[in-house]
Amino acid sequence: MIGHLTVLLVYQLTGEVISRGLGLPLPGPVIGMALLFLTLLALPRLAEAIMPTTRVLLAHLSLLFVPAGVGVVGHLDTLGTDGAAILTAVVGSTILAMLAAVGAFLLVARAVRSPDA
Amino acid sequence: MREFAEIWTYLSRDPLLWLTLTLVAYGIGDALFKASGRRPYVNPVLIAVALLAIALRVSDTPYATYFEGAQFVHFMLGPATVALAVPLYANLPRVRAVVLPMLAALVTGSVVAMASAVAIAAALGVPADILLSLAPKSATAPVALGVSETIGGSPTLTAVLVILTGITGAIVATPLLNLLRIRDWRARGFAVGVASHGIGTARAFQVNETAGAFAGIGMGLNALLTALIAPLLAPWLIALLS
Repeated sequence: MIGHLTVLLVYQLTGEVISRGLGLPLPGPVIGMALLFLTLLALPRLAEAIMPTTRVLLAHLSLLFVPAGVGVVGHLDTLGTDGAAILTAVVGSTILAMLAAVGAFLLVARAVRSPDA
Repeated sequence: MREFAEIWTYLSRDPLLWLTLTLVAYGIGDALFKASGRRPYVNPVLIAVALLAIALRVSDTPYATYFEGAQFVHFMLGPATVALAVPLYANLPRVRAVVLPMLAALVTGSVVAMASAVAIAAALGVPADILLSLAPKSATAPVALGVSETIGGSPTLTAVLVILTGITGAIVATPLLNLLRIRDWRARGFAVGVASHGIGTARAFQVNETAGAFAGIGMGLNALLTALIAPLLAPWLIALLS
């Protein structure tokens, strides 16, 4: 467990150093994810080893957003007088983006006739 | 009563209280979610956030004090993002089979998220400076905040909009995609990750592990695409639509 967390932290740290060192627009953890993915391609045994920890962490991913969510409550007034309009835009655009993405995915999947999962 | 005051003085300075309450609030949210038969609108994050916001208000605790405890939970977002590499690797054969559908969904979803948010808000009379903060909201928080700052928006407002987008995606995904009878977990997960980043991805992992893996890929790729195109596309869209 501690070893697995160490692996994740080392990759996050490496990602953070690369992101800041090269001035990349991607956050450190996303670069860390890409680097870990490349490592797993070369070292499949590592994936099996750390899977118990990553599975627990990802099963409870929702919990990790709670502190940021609580911070949002204090800033809801920044929406100001346009609050209702902004909320409509957030909800409407999220639904439209999801529909557009799922539609594009299925259309192209049908066109290239990929086998269904 | 004086004893309670002394205990409170200790608790209000120590991270223990708010760290514990964060986990307890999430436990309550998760228990209600399960008791409801996993209904998407009984969202554990939303319940936990509401309970904690009330607790902070009642105890007159500033957010900074709360965050001293909650930061340990918040911190784990980094390692959890890195951990998304594992389901991505485990699903590699399925990912390889749908590279083209994913790219199409990524570009379409990312552009529609940005353009429709700006178009709806502009049509409802929202001023241009707020539109700048709204445009990148479907990307994961650090990317959205960076883009917002680059194009002259308010990162604080963008942070609020990113979280609201995530919670919206987590709540609407299952009923919306069930209604359309979409059963392909790869398409469902990927779309949720593109449209509603990590909070949508967290929800996807609760529903189906394949959907979770594809949501994680969608989130990561949309972070990349938004970082690259939003600084150019967003100001142009806003000038066009507002």
